[in-house]
Amino acid sequence: MCATCGCDSGNNEQYHHHNENHQHNHDHSHEKKLIDVEKDVLYQNNLLAERNRGYFEAKNILALNLVSSPGSGKTSLLEKTLVDLKSELTFAVIEGDQQTTNDADRIHATGTKVTQINTGKGCHLDSHMILHALQGMKPSENSVLFIENVGNLVCPAMFDLGEKERVVIISVTEGDDKPLKYPDMFYSSTLCIINKIDLLPYVPFSLDKVKENAKKINPSLEIVELSCTSGEGLQTWYNWLKSKVFIEETV
Amino acid sequence: MHELSIVMSIVNIAKQQALDANASTVDEIELDIGTLSGIEMDALEFAWKQGIKQTILEHATKKINRIEAKAKCLDCNAEFNIQHYYDACPVCGEHFITILKGKELRIKSLIVS
Repeated sequence: MCATCGCDSGNNEQYHHHNENHQHNHDHSHEKKLIDVEKDVLYQNNLLAERNRGYFEAKNILALNLVSSPGSGKTSLLEKTLVDLKSELTFAVIEGDQQTTNDADRIHATGTKVTQINTGKGCHLDSHMILHALQGMKPSENSVLFIENVGNLVCPAMFDLGEKERVVIISVTEGDDKPLKYPDMFYSSTLCIINKIDLLPYVPFSLDKVKENAKKINPSLEIVELSCTSGEGLQTWYNWLKSKVFIEETV
Repeated sequence: MHELSIVMSIVNIAKQQALDANASTVDEIELDIGTLSGIEMDALEFAWKQGIKQTILEHATKKINRIEAKAKCLDCNAEFNIQHYYDACPVCGEHFITILKGKELRIKSLIVS
């Protein structure tokens, strides 16, 4: 930032006119002035999210934002889904993690197009990161794009990526009061997947209670219970997914 | 800790607005933050101190309007204040409510010079 006038010159010194040989030509008024901004703090993110959404609509791509706490089984669910529905749907995946390409490697092993975003110190994906990931990967038309967000039930709730649906995943090894503790995520999601139900006999987790809590936050939230290990409930998830894919009518 | 991203967004918007108004400093910034906006006020305070260093907001006074959340029951149409997403309608006890306000997170105004 320029110390003389506070404008954002960056390193582009050639565009800057603070040398001695000519007049300082910025027209500053030094009176106090009130600006009615009335602008959403996240409007830049929301703007790019709408841009992504337009891209998805134009290419008939179903974009799903998968959110959960770390270790709920997002990547395992994806691996299973990508393999099982390989012959029926075309997929692409954007993986978000702070570090490593471990998840992208797992997805890559299923033969699916995948891009890894490393957020470094960042705790969430934003629409700007997705925009650039899309420019690189160019997902095919009429496909399903899974965006696996950073494992975090707090921050990703605030950042629209341009997705069609937000899917929150919770596993039975977490508490059944999780929807109450992290309400923003459950409020902003359309589908809740309860994963690892094969472990129900071993943990003090009540399916009824978690559903009741989730519905208190978001009465229209759809809920699917499943286990990637036993395969129970996967068909319900696949049916939900297929019902969201828009198939063009052939005349 | 998304509050730091929030502060950086605020700095960017303020910078652009000041530039458009030919101003070099922001003296005051007024924010509307709803109680259901997902912003933790202590975390925002912490991120604010770090995030505004050497920016146009460094010496700005910050004014925050906390907006109380209000909801409407979709069953009985009652309007009421809520503290949490899971609050039920105080009239009929249903959870089928829609949030009318309290999710605001915006810059209301700036005083620049």
